[in-house]
Amino acid sequence: MNNILTIAKREVRGYFSSPVAFVFIVIFLLLSGFFTFMVASLFERGEANLIPFFAWHPWLYLFLVPAVGMRMWSEERRLGTMELLLTMPITPWQAIVGKFLASWLVVAIALVLTFPVVITVNYLGHPDNGVIFAGYIGSLLMAGAYLAITAMTSAMTRNQVVSFIVSVMLALFLILAGFPPVTNMLVSWAPPWLVESVSAFSVMTHFESIQKGVLDSRDILYFLSVIGFSLFTTGVIIRAHRAG
Amino acid sequence: MIKVRNLKKHFGPKVAVNGISFTVERGEVLGFLGPNGAGKSTSMRMITGFIPPTEGDITIGEHDMLENPIAAKRLIGYLPENAPSYADMSVHGFLSFTAELRGLTGDSLRRAVNRAVEMCFLEGVLHQSVETLSKGFRHRTCFAQSIIHDPDVLILDEPTDGLDPNQKHEIRTLIRRMGEKKAIIFSTHILEEVDAVCSRAIIIDRGTIVANGTPAELRQRSDIAGAVTLRLAEASAQAVKSRIDSVSAVDRSVIISESPVILRAFPRKNGTGDELAQALGDLALRERWHLQELHAEEGRLDEVFRSITLGDTAAKEALK
Repeated sequence: MNNILTIAKREVRGYFSSPVAFVFIVIFLLLSGFFTFMVASLFERGEANLIPFFAWHPWLYLFLVPAVGMRMWSEERRLGTMELLLTMPITPWQAIVGKFLASWLVVAIALVLTFPVVITVNYLGHPDNGVIFAGYIGSLLMAGAYLAITAMTSAMTRNQVVSFIVSVMLALFLILAGFPPVTNMLVSWAPPWLVESVSAFSVMTHFESIQKGVLDSRDILYFLSVIGFSLFTTGVIIRAHRAG
Repeated sequence: MIKVRNLKKHFGPKVAVNGISFTVERGEVLGFLGPNGAGKSTSMRMITGFIPPTEGDITIGEHDMLENPIAAKRLIGYLPENAPSYADMSVHGFLSFTAELRGLTGDSLRRAVNRAVEMCFLEGVLHQSVETLSKGFRHRTCFAQSIIHDPDVLILDEPTDGLDPNQKHEIRTLIRRMGEKKAIIFSTHILEEVDAVCSRAIIIDRGTIVANGTPAELRQRSDIAGAVTLRLAEASAQAVKSRIDSVSAVDRSVIISESPVILRAFPRKNGTGDELAQALGDLALRERWHLQELHAEEGRLDEVFRSITLGDTAAKEALK
């Protein structure tokens, strides 16, 4: 546990000593503000909820989260520090989890900094703050899932750009599998069980149901298992890389 | 402290390390020599637990590296090839981070960092970020990392690579001093380092150990070991050669230079260089030669290294 914390602390410092964390946080705040107020017109809707705010998160995360996570392991491989880290008296799991938690914390900080939106809707009306809280939990879990996927792709290569592109593709797949235009297209010819199992793979399906204010254990389990599976695969990839 | 038995590593069809075995006790400094690509770094990566061996056993202290890696790794300090470190951290931050991973906290952490900083002369750059440092400082920062927990076992992959002569000297002195209490393995291309630092050396070529002994023993394997070289103020090298060849202790002699006259005499099979030198000294006295220099060759490591490893390289070239 101590080792995980030590590694996570170093990573968080690394994010903030380079522009990565600041750029991510600023761009995330700017874009989420722009989409919420300008594109989705939060004010004109006359409803006291944050649906237009959260609806954009899967798309914002699609590009921004891989940008945060792409250096996680590829940088270690490029600098050769992986050799240093993994010859320390720690298990690879401690390193994998520590790094993952650090990047998740960066996203969480960005998410917390969106609090003015919550204040705004509370000032203008009487929203259900429980639903808003659930929305934040769902958003955080989704970011975690994307980050875990990025951790996995960054372990595959020493090149950050490759890591970024592959993780965007995987994240896009997870979005599109449950995106209405895609599922509608499937509905016309595929049997219902196939449509359902494809869309069950999607972050959209689970994220949307959490946004409605229902913290269903199945949805939470979905995100946690994406995280668990991806981090496990990260470990397998790193072991395979070391074994040559 | 370090026991390696029948260590093998295959990368696909390529055999990088093919069954090496050796032990290093406390108080020994073992030099790892070999041409590029001989398997030195791969061996060190296996010993430090970074890559798993295809076959073989590694024991550090009492602990098996494969069965109990955490306990084994605790005993090791490791300087990887090219001395990697986190570019975005300060020297102090980096050393504190590695000390923390080594399980040090609070006061003992501070003391360990100060000690390593002092030993590696890093005081001046303590709060500079690693990426702004020169290569020499970066190297020493990573070296400081390897000794931060005062480990029993030190594994150093080319610790003097890229340093200037003064820094090389400092690092060698450091290694020799620490070698009194630790078991150390270090790899190098620089043969003079072996003499300066090692108590024993291993030459690796194409994944196998081709020579293992003290630097003096290795030098004995040189062709010129035991030969005696003379420099004389005489007119004819040929005349001198014919006299030298008549001495019973001389197997054969060669003229190295006509002017000044320099010759080298080789001893008979069971003769030593000292006996030969005495016999030739007596000869020079009898002949009233103007002897300017006479010395018995100890043998040269670079020649041994070349004769052991070059034959194979030449064979490889021929195959192409």
